[in-house]
Formats: sequence, structure tokens, C-alpha cells
Amino acid sequence: MPRLEEYISIVGLSIIDDLKLLSEKLKGKVIQNINSTSVGGGVAEILNRMVPLLRELNIDAKWEVIKGGEDFFEVTKRFHNALHGREEEITPKDFDIFMEVSQRNIEDMKLYGDIIFVHDPQPIALVKNKSRIPDSKWIWRCHIDVSNPNMRVWNFLKEFIVQYEASVFSSPSFAQRLPIRQFLISPSIDPLSDKNKELPDNIIHSVLKKYGITKDKPIITQVSRFDYLKDPLGVIEAYRRVKKYIDCQLVLAGGTATDDPQSEEVLNKVKEKAGKDKDIHILLIPPKSDMDINALQRAATVIVQKSIKEGFGLTVTEALWKAKPVVASAVGGIPLQIKHKYSGLLCHSIDGAAFAIKQLLNSPSYAKKLGENGREHIRQNFLLTRHIRDYMLLFLSMYHNEDIVYL
Amino acid sequence: MIKAKEPFRFYTRLHLSELTGLRAVTLGQLLKLIKRVPGSCIYHHTHRFLQQHQYLSPEPPNDFAYWVTEVLGEDRLGERLASIDTVQFPTIHSLREKIINAIEEYLRERPFSRIKFANEGEAFHFVKSASFVMPTKYISNNLFEFAEVLKKITIDSIYFHIFESRLRLEKHTNDFSNWLEDSLGEKDLADEISHLDPYTHTMEDLRETIVNLIEKRLLKED
Repeated sequence: MPRLEEYISIVGLSIIDDLKLLSEKLKGKVIQNINSTSVGGGVAEILNRMVPLLRELNIDAKWEVIKGGEDFFEVTKRFHNALHGREEEITPKDFDIFMEVSQRNIEDMKLYGDIIFVHDPQPIALVKNKSRIPDSKWIWRCHIDVSNPNMRVWNFLKEFIVQYEASVFSSPSFAQRLPIRQFLISPSIDPLSDKNKELPDNIIHSVLKKYGITKDKPIITQVSRFDYLKDPLGVIEAYRRVKKYIDCQLVLAGGTATDDPQSEEVLNKVKEKAGKDKDIHILLIPPKSDMDINALQRAATVIVQKSIKEGFGLTVTEALWKAKPVVASAVGGIPLQIKHKYSGLLCHSIDGAAFAIKQLLNSPSYAKKLGENGREHIRQNFLLTRHIRDYMLLFLSMYHNEDIVYL
Repeated sequence: MIKAKEPFRFYTRLHLSELTGLRAVTLGQLLKLIKRVPGSCIYHHTHRFLQQHQYLSPEPPNDFAYWVTEVLGEDRLGERLASIDTVQFPTIHSLREKIINAIEEYLRERPFSRIKFANEGEAFHFVKSASFVMPTKYISNNLFEFAEVLKKITIDSIYFHIFESRLRLEKHTNDFSNWLEDSLGEKDLADEISHLDPYTHTMEDLRETIVNLIEKRLLKED
């Protein structure tokens, strides 16, 4: 795993110096992270990188995982969907299961942090134990898009949220009316991970070869799981409108084996819509193939993210970091990353997407400029080092209420 | 090389965004909220773009200008808000008044603009900045050292000494000019730097401009 020093060549020495300065101000504080799983999923991925780097900064960061059986995680999965605004039937029994398991964790889990940093809804009820650890500061980190949540689930969780000192959301549109402080911390990508590190041309070529793609015409690429919310059918439609004028190919790359029963259905519809077009490549990327994704993104001429709903949109972050011109819907966290005509093009419809793709394919120098701006924007705002900095500031703000804090 | 009466200690300022839960979907609501949100909100929305988009256009619109133009399609008002000469306002209070006046005047001319709605998902969300100020390890005792540190310090530090001290902490000039004049007697150089309009430079460009001014002055000394 890369060490802090290795980030200097990417973000500069002074940024790393700032991290060290900040970490000194947190000396002696124990930060106890709690989530529901140590492997799989975005939260575990972030903690796996974050905890060692915080430790390298001499911050006593710990990480614990709650226990829960199949029915518990079945319930929390449905909570998750409902918070995303999806139709879900939640029964009183679901709430009972949630509380039962939570109660067991409340009794079993050893809590000792100066700051207890709870991630997502699964461990949220642990806060009932707050009074047992005097002077502890509790932060609830919400990684979910709650811009339009199912109110029954939200109100249930809210009973716990209000007992925390602060909450953290990923996008301004996720903010809620809450009596506690709410911070905005965007997620980040790790520029040294397999998915984002620089790749030599021969690796990119071999990945293209593996998936049967040649670079003889421009490549339009969307990387996303096969989900209606990512609108892969709309992407095919946009591609067809572009194809009338510019000979190009489309790559739709997404994971298989998700726990989403709908993905099979979406995938079949995508295949059906693609028909016999040899220039449409529908790729099922096996798990743990981050380097393949990296190569496919780097091989693209234009990257599309035509989502109907989106959390933060880390695939957009990944594309911009590779200095790719991006066409993306103005939803979720995407507008934080793309300022229209500065660092990419935003769209609201299939026609809009098709028009923007044509523009970029026909004006390579404009496309290149947008891509370069995008990369610098990500370097400044959405890399792991900024994320660590924000977390340290968040921890410090537990001890300061002022708008301007002198450390 | 003249030694400074007082060494210059470089500080840095880092900020964390705090959500307010307040949002506007019409120009009327935006105006109402601009009038009552905390000063740190106005600061955030007039300065964030500059800092987060420092490599981009040298004339960054503020968030209000951006939203009014891109979401509501009120280009004329957007232009008026973007061209507010931020550098002329010594306080957040006076900057806020100016923004309010610009919107009110526009609404008088076009009353129907008050009720135009933003698309779903494109509301204006008010955010405020919590700032953390701390000393860095960099200190300079003379003009040469000062230029050397300026070349490598973070943009956040330059930002703090140029913008934050002047506007938010309500000092009349920037820290660099202050020190150059008071501790080194470099009045001309101090004036040259305080006459720059930092809002129309990208941050990297601003760094380069200031370093160039100092190096030109150092050459004269040789």
C-alpha cells in the first residue's frame, strides 16, 4: 500500500506538510471508526486506505466492525434503497430486527474513542451508549444520497442522528434540516490505486485486445453497473445519434455478480437494444479488475456518465483524473466536479448528451482543454489527500464551534 | 540584503464546508436567504469558486452568478453578479449589500424573474466555511527568503495572506504588503502588490506575478 511520501509527486510537498501540521493538533486523540464490513463496498475501501495513512500521521485511528446476521443486513440493504428514494416495503418487523441486532452490538462493542466516527446507518444506534464514555464526540458519516429519502426510514434514523455531535454528507443537496452541525465532505479517489494509477501503453493495448476492441475509431465509454439509474439504454440512443455523423464505437463496461436482482434484466435489455451493432461493446468486468477499468477509461476518446440519479459519481472523478473529456448528467455530486464548459459538459437529456459528444469528437483541442482542466480540478479537490485533510479538520471542529479557528 | 525588523511567518488557512440545510429554488428565495444567512455563507459563495477552480478561468464567477446564469438562465443578472468588484469591498457586510442591491434592482426591472423555478435537483444550497488558521514552518527574514518561500508554499497560504486577512478579518491591505512596507521599508513593492486585483488572477498566476515583482526588485538591488 502506498505511503504518504509517495503522494508528494502528485499533490506537492506543501500539501503533505499541511497534513503533518494538522495531525500534530490531534495528538493524543483516539479516533474510533465503526462500520458494518471490513471488505467490499465503498466505505470499507475508503477506510482501508484512510486508517493506515492516519496512523502514518501519528493519529491513533482504530477501526471496528459491528456484528449482524443475514436478516439484519437484508433489512439494512432495504433501508439503504429506501434512503435512496427507491420504493421499498419496510415492515414494523424490519425495525424490530434492526433494533434487536443493534442492542446486541450496543452491549458487546467496546467503545473507547475520543471521537467515535460511525459510518452509514447500520451501526447508527450505537450512539445510545454515548453517555457511557464521558467527553466522547460522536460523528455520523452518511455515504448515501439522501436528497429524497423515504421519510419513514429517515425519521426512524433521525432519532439517533440527533444524538450525535455532527453529521457528514457528500453533497450539498443531501443536507437535511437537523439540529446538529452538518459538514460537507466529498469522497475522493486514490491516485495511486490500480484503478487510477498511470498505465503504460502496452497494458492499455493488452486490455483492449482482451475485450476485443480496436482503436481504429473514436471510443465513447461509460463505466457503470447495469442499472436503470445509470441509463445505459439512453447512452446507446445517444451513441446512435452521434453515429449518424461520426463513425465511432461505444463501450459499456460494468460489473457482473451484483446483489441487485434487476441488473440481469437491465443487461438483457441493453443487449437487445444494441442488436447486431459490432461497434457496441458490452463488457462484463469481473470483480477485482480495477486495472482493466483503468485501461478502458484511458483508452476512451470521450467518457459518458448519463446517470438519472447519482451519489457522488466517482466514475466521473476517475475519468477526469485521467484528463478525459466527460459528458455527464447534472445530478448528485456531478455538478461539483464538472463546471459546464470549464471541466466537462453537463447534459439533461439524450439529445443533450449526443450533441455534447459530437462537439467533443469534432473539436479535439477543446476536448483536450476540458480534460486538462478536469484533471487539475480533481487534483485540487477530490484526491485522497484532501479527504484526509477534511477528516482531520472535522475531528478538530469537534473541539471548536467558531467560524474562524486559530490552531 | 536588508534584514527585516520582524520576520514574516507564513500561516495557512484550511477550510471545511458546513451545510446549513437552507436552499433556494427561485430568485426570490435566493434573495431572501442572502439577506439572512451568516457572513461565512456569503464568504463561502463568493470565494469558493476562486479557490476550488483556481486553475481555470482567471475571472471566476461567484456561486450566485453561476447559479443564476446556468440554472435560472438569467444571463444578465449573472453578468452583473459576476462583475461585482469584490476587491473593493472591505467587509463581507458591504459585499452582501452589493449583491442584494444587484438582485433587487434586477427584480424591479423584471418582476416575473422572481418566480422562475430551478429544475429538480438544481436548487441553490447555502453552505458556509469554517476556517482553520495555523502557522506553517516557513519564516523569512529578508526579501530573498520571502520570494523563495512564496515559490513553494501552498496556495492556501497565499490565499490566506491575500484574501482572508483582507476581507474576512477586515484588515485594509494584504499581509504581504503590510510586512514589506513595515518591516522592510519596501513601500513601492508593497503598493505594487496591493494594487493587484487578486480576483482576476488564477491563484498560480497570482503567485507567479508576486514572485516576479519581488525578483525584479531584487535584481535592482544587485
